[in-house]
Amino acid sequence: MRHSLLGLVVALSLAAPAVAAPALAAPPDRTLKIGLREDPDILDPTLTGSYVGRIVLAGMCDKLFDYDTKLDIVPQLATGYTYKDPTHLILHLRPGVLFQDGEKMDAQAVKYTLTRDLTMPGSLRKGQINDIKSIEVIDPLTVALVLKAPDSALLAQLAGRPGMMVAPKVAEKEGKKFGLHPVCAGPFRFVQRIPQQKIVLERFKRYWDAKAIHFDKVEYIPIVNSAITVDNLKAGTLDLAEYVVPTDVPLVKQDPKLRIAMDTSLAYNGITFNTGNGPAAKTAIGEHASLRRAFELGIDRTALIQVVYNGLYTPIAQANPPSSKFYIPSVVPPARNVAAAKALIAKSGVKGPIPVTLLVPNSPDLLQAAQVIQSMEQPVGFDVKIRAIEFASGLAAARSGHFQAFFIGWSGRADADGNMYSFLHSGLGFNYGHYDNPKVNALLDQAREAPTVAARKAVYAKIWTIERQDMPVIYLWSPKNIVGLKKSLLGFRQVPDGIIRLQGMRFAK
Amino acid sequence: MSATVALAPAASPFRVGLRRFRRHRTGMLGFLVVAAFIVMALAAPVLAPYSPIATSWSAIRQAPSLAHWMGTDELGRDELSRVMWGARASLAAGVVSVFIAGVIGVPAGLIAGFAGGWVDGVLSRIVDAMLAIPFLILAIALAAFLGPNLRNAMIAIGISTAPVFMRVARAATLDAMTLDFIEAARAVGNPPWRIAVRHIAPNITAPVLVQVTLSIATAIIAEASLSFLGLGEQPPQPSWGSMLNAAQQFLTQAPWLAIFPGLAIFLVVLGFNLMGDGLRDVLDTRRRG
Amino acid sequence: MQGPIGARLVQLLPTILLVTIIVFALQQLMPGDPAVMLAGDAAGDPRVVAAIRDELLLNRPIWAQYLHWLFAALHGNLGYSWRLSEPVSELIAQKLPVTLQLSVMAFFFSVVIGVPAGVISAVKQGTAWDWLANAIGLFGLSIPTFWLGIVLILFVSVDLGWLPPSGYVPLSQDFWRSLATTIMPAFVLGNAIAAILMRHTRSAMLVALQQDYVRTARAKGLSERKVVLRHALRNALIPVVTLAGLQLGTLLSGAVLTEQVFDIPGIGKLVVDAVFNRDYPVIQGVVLVTGLLYVLINLATDVLYAVINPRLRGQ
Repeated sequence: MRHSLLGLVVALSLAAPAVAAPALAAPPDRTLKIGLREDPDILDPTLTGSYVGRIVLAGMCDKLFDYDTKLDIVPQLATGYTYKDPTHLILHLRPGVLFQDGEKMDAQAVKYTLTRDLTMPGSLRKGQINDIKSIEVIDPLTVALVLKAPDSALLAQLAGRPGMMVAPKVAEKEGKKFGLHPVCAGPFRFVQRIPQQKIVLERFKRYWDAKAIHFDKVEYIPIVNSAITVDNLKAGTLDLAEYVVPTDVPLVKQDPKLRIAMDTSLAYNGITFNTGNGPAAKTAIGEHASLRRAFELGIDRTALIQVVYNGLYTPIAQANPPSSKFYIPSVVPPARNVAAAKALIAKSGVKGPIPVTLLVPNSPDLLQAAQVIQSMEQPVGFDVKIRAIEFASGLAAARSGHFQAFFIGWSGRADADGNMYSFLHSGLGFNYGHYDNPKVNALLDQAREAPTVAARKAVYAKIWTIERQDMPVIYLWSPKNIVGLKKSLLGFRQVPDGIIRLQGMRFAK
Repeated sequence: MSATVALAPAASPFRVGLRRFRRHRTGMLGFLVVAAFIVMALAAPVLAPYSPIATSWSAIRQAPSLAHWMGTDELGRDELSRVMWGARASLAAGVVSVFIAGVIGVPAGLIAGFAGGWVDGVLSRIVDAMLAIPFLILAIALAAFLGPNLRNAMIAIGISTAPVFMRVARAATLDAMTLDFIEAARAVGNPPWRIAVRHIAPNITAPVLVQVTLSIATAIIAEASLSFLGLGEQPPQPSWGSMLNAAQQFLTQAPWLAIFPGLAIFLVVLGFNLMGDGLRDVLDTRRRG
Repeated sequence: MQGPIGARLVQLLPTILLVTIIVFALQQLMPGDPAVMLAGDAAGDPRVVAAIRDELLLNRPIWAQYLHWLFAALHGNLGYSWRLSEPVSELIAQKLPVTLQLSVMAFFFSVVIGVPAGVISAVKQGTAWDWLANAIGLFGLSIPTFWLGIVLILFVSVDLGWLPPSGYVPLSQDFWRSLATTIMPAFVLGNAIAAILMRHTRSAMLVALQQDYVRTARAKGLSERKVVLRHALRNALIPVVTLAGLQLGTLLSGAVLTEQVFDIPGIGKLVVDAVFNRDYPVIQGVVLVTGLLYVLINLATDVLYAVINPRLRGQ
């Protein structure tokens, strides 16, 4: 039997809210308006697959666990957990929590939600919690998850969308339509959604942590055009923009009423090479790892970031950014070295210039970055052709192997498994290039079973050593979460996952 | 404007029209504007002060200056040079896609008008259906299907524009069929294909030519729209539409990036429109409301 | 333009059927897997993607998928958005008013600018006024919609700060703010139509001014203003009005880009997003509805034209 550090954290967090909420009599209508970078998909924790969807759901649906600003897992609807043995996870639930329709959030509800994630047709959560064999209700506030195999990433999943508890009666009745009027156990309840226009939530008075909530309403407004987002911030029609593009940061900073909150994110961008997916893998760059290493040496990440992202993003050479618990400091991006790159090419025996077609989703910043890379590689001896492609077509091309190199990003997860497994393990969907190294496969599986962060990190370090040699992916940079907000908006806590947590936030008087 | 042109084939309306066009002031002005852009496109390697793809990371998004008359773009490239080179993509898009549209649309219209009956019925329904789908949606879907690059954008625009040519050619054919000399040719026992090629085709040249200049104008705008949505010319090669697309994120910091390519589109389209109006004045006297 | 209305209505059926077939074929041809798009950040798991494909019946032959859709559509059921689970009919009902508001305002602009400009240029043919009106017309035809939008946002919103750059507000919520947020896009959208209307008004007026009844009116000693407004314009307007009706279809199509530039949540943005997300039922539904509108407006215009212009009725 093994207890986690959680006990301590639980005690601290239970004590904390008392300090956080001074007795403020909130003025009648306090509406918080949040700008989103795009319109979310369906607002059902089981069916959503979008990043911004997570942001909106966080306003409505509390999770079993949550992350704090240091990415430590902290209690939310669960107060703690115990591992009876590596395949028996016991969850202790918070007493007195209600769903927004008045149902009790109890062990039955947890069982219902997790079963829904596992069995609902079209569920996007199935793969995340697939290691759960059965769910047993021990008493109203205790649930046991029986696992097929030890899964060190499971707890992180319960701090993600699978951990969002849905009201069983409503979910049962609505089925696939639940996402049109979601009912959860979070601070705000769903009022209305006009797609592409706004999503309106109102305060749920019987929320278990009601004293941490200082708004009557929250509106989420999708604005695709970044210039328009900034204009709305300046005009005061938005209180907070979840994302401000780097080149707009100076504009926001100039405004005396606004400020920028910037922190590392969990995301990364990189180039995935086709090393084994169909005939298109039979290229010089697809067949020679040394050429891919030469390609990397041709890129000056810092200069690239300076030109395209005002120097704000972080150069990286691994999937887990510096904010992650799984970041390995010794894996650093090499400096640009044209001579060394040329030497690698010469040694490979391939005659230059070596053609590389880079598939780029047609967002302006990525196209800009691709052109920077193109001109950086030219003196090295790579003739980079850019194929700008509309996103859905790009994904299709990548999955079917119709590409040589794909410029693609990932929104990132706090747990390393979510950033690596489906990308580097053979046979999985994000492994577009069909990279297949049995050693890496074995290590990825081994990491899932390793008990502690430190033990897992040691396994991941081995993977990065191999990855740096094989180089199926060149990791380039990790973006920052850049939030623009009114200075009068207080209590904003920035967590690297980019989710906007409404608890504790309030307007200055 | 009030000129009347004899419609008999003997006088070659075409040549008469050309002579008149030379005296048509705004028409000639349009022609000169278009010619200037064509020269600019062809001579871009000589005329452009810099390479359109040479980047300079120490000089990104600089305002217009003596060294860079239109400033520099998001990668420090000379905007003027890119506008000049960009003329190639835009003019090619205009001309090639309209050529494609004409090659599909005119024979179809000729056949529909000439054959009548169920052939006309089927062709007309297809055209109606294509016109009922918003042009840009049709073009976006086609461009996405064919894969985003300049060549495919031209094909997509060409296919989407073809129905217009089919309609114009069909109407002109129906008009021409009522002419006396064609009925005469028919009475003499000429085979249908010969009537179509020898007698009708020359008579529909005028309206088709007018439609060509006007459609080139819309095709240039369409290419820019597709590039604006990322479905046109591939970087780093410049096209006015993709330049506008990149410029959109720097509207406040670097407005010149949006102004100049747009101005270029405006001018060249204006040229084509003036030319088209001129041609219409001198070639087509039976203007309809 | 000939034939009784009944026959025309019958012709509409194959046209609309063809529209749906073309759109269905197009979305099949477009690369991109709706299941992958729907899976989003869960697409790393092949089982998840496969399950969605089953769920959406994407494994069925294309013709079966089409017939399935057509059968439902014939029963008035346009299906559900895959991405939002919302009924397509409801989405359209939400978005169409936005685009219609935009279109009506744009139409208003185009009439207010186009018709007077056309009248003036015809009456003052050959003068500076004529030249100016023609210049306005050419300007409207030649300027790319999205560029005009960008330039207006730059000057009117960013530099001058007169109007909000975006942030559509429904009429029902705040009338004035709604107008403020749609006035620029409506102008941009109406601009090209204004040019077309101007040109047609001009040529119709030129013809009308030479008709006998105008000469008679002049001979009777009526003031030139009365002659122009009462007699010439009234007759010239008939074809112009019908033509204007026809342009409503063009407006729907033009709204696609305008809504993109100004971030207006209308039908154009709905369908473009649906194309990029491969939300087939939404594409299919929107094109069906707009296509239907387009052909009905066409038909109405033709009928109106025949009613107004008795010479065509007999043919």
